[in-house]
Amino acid sequence: MYRTPRLFLFAAPLAAVPGRAVAAGMPQLNFHDPLLIGQVVWGAVIFGGFYLALSRFALPRVERVLTDRRTRIQSDLDVARKAKAEADRASAELLSARHEAAEQARAHVERIQSEARASADAHAAETAKRLETEIANAETRITQSREQALSSLPEIATSTTQDLVARLIGPQDEQAVASAVKRVSA
Amino acid sequence: MTGEASVAAGSTIDALGQFELHPVLGHLGEALRFSQSPLFMLIAAAIVLVFLYVGMRPAAVVPGRLQAAAEISYDFVHDLAVSTIGENGATFFPFVFAIFFFILAGNYLGLLPFSFTYTSHIAVTFGLAIMVFVISILASIRFQGVGFLKHFLPAGTPVWLAPLLVPIELISFLSRPVSLSIRLFANMVAGHVLLEVFAGFTIMLAGLGAFGHILAIAPIAINVALTALELLVGVLQAYVFAILTCIYLREAVAH
Repeated sequence: MYRTPRLFLFAAPLAAVPGRAVAAGMPQLNFHDPLLIGQVVWGAVIFGGFYLALSRFALPRVERVLTDRRTRIQSDLDVARKAKAEADRASAELLSARHEAAEQARAHVERIQSEARASADAHAAETAKRLETEIANAETRITQSREQALSSLPEIATSTTQDLVARLIGPQDEQAVASAVKRVSA
Repeated sequence: MTGEASVAAGSTIDALGQFELHPVLGHLGEALRFSQSPLFMLIAAAIVLVFLYVGMRPAAVVPGRLQAAAEISYDFVHDLAVSTIGENGATFFPFVFAIFFFILAGNYLGLLPFSFTYTSHIAVTFGLAIMVFVISILASIRFQGVGFLKHFLPAGTPVWLAPLLVPIELISFLSRPVSLSIRLFANMVAGHVLLEVFAGFTIMLAGLGAFGHILAIAPIAINVALTALELLVGVLQAYVFAILTCIYLREAVAH
């Protein structure tokens, strides 16, 4: 990846360095050195120990912390979700209760209104009935009075006529006058 | 690796002396064949383990910086292993983690002055590559039985091409540990030789008097840039080694 500039930089000083360093050979390739093989054996031992320490102790510890955190966050989320669901349910209950109460109130108002209307109607009807009765009574009384008046009319006419006749021509036979009046008015 | 001892005799630059192995701990080290290379392997392994231990000690739900770093390195390699190898990736995750951090720590430790880069030794990198190679073959046999050998003849190839294709596939398969080890080894050697050579230039130019002192700034500046490049190369090579390991293991576990 970074090979091109690195190789260039690498080649430039090597060209400038006198032969000794290159001629000496790379210590990494000096396989007669017991330390070279020794480091591989030691490396295997150290890497093995490193791997065991990581896989048995260090990494499970990290994993435990991460798992704990995940479960805790998850349980907190669950609690929060449950609380939210409860709050939602309570709010829905509140809404429905309010709705119900409003319905009841409306029904109540309507019932009272209709009752009031009915009682007013009944009252009006009663009044009208009473008035009609009174009108009928009054008419009866009027009729009676008229009839009475009409029935006493011949009597008055007779007595008036008797008085008039008595003044004009002196006392006469009352019976004759009465029959004469009766004849005229019939 | 920029130790002053490796500039021999003033006028020449011994760019390869830094790769020489010397026994540590005196006679004991000599008897045990214990050079500075295994010493730095131990240091690298210890650094990684201490990093994970100290980082994860709080085991906090909300991690601090060091714990976050430890978790990120875990997640990074875990994602790499699982996404590349597949559902069996978790089995090989500790191995990939060990490979990645063993190489990364070795590459980065080698950038410190007076230290030693064990990944600059072909014996070490080839050892790692052979280990990956053997493990991938064992995994192939474990997951696919002897049937994994049919990979040497790609599916759908006409039979008459087999005498040509099987040797090609075989050679490409066998060259995997070679390319894997030489890639890492060559990158590390090249980087460290460059650093050494430019450091040597500085010393040689400084011997030329006042004018040389001014000129000597240039190779130092180059070395600063090279160090930055080596930081990139160090992690990149470790990543390349780890991801190629994952790819070989995926082929091994795939049916």
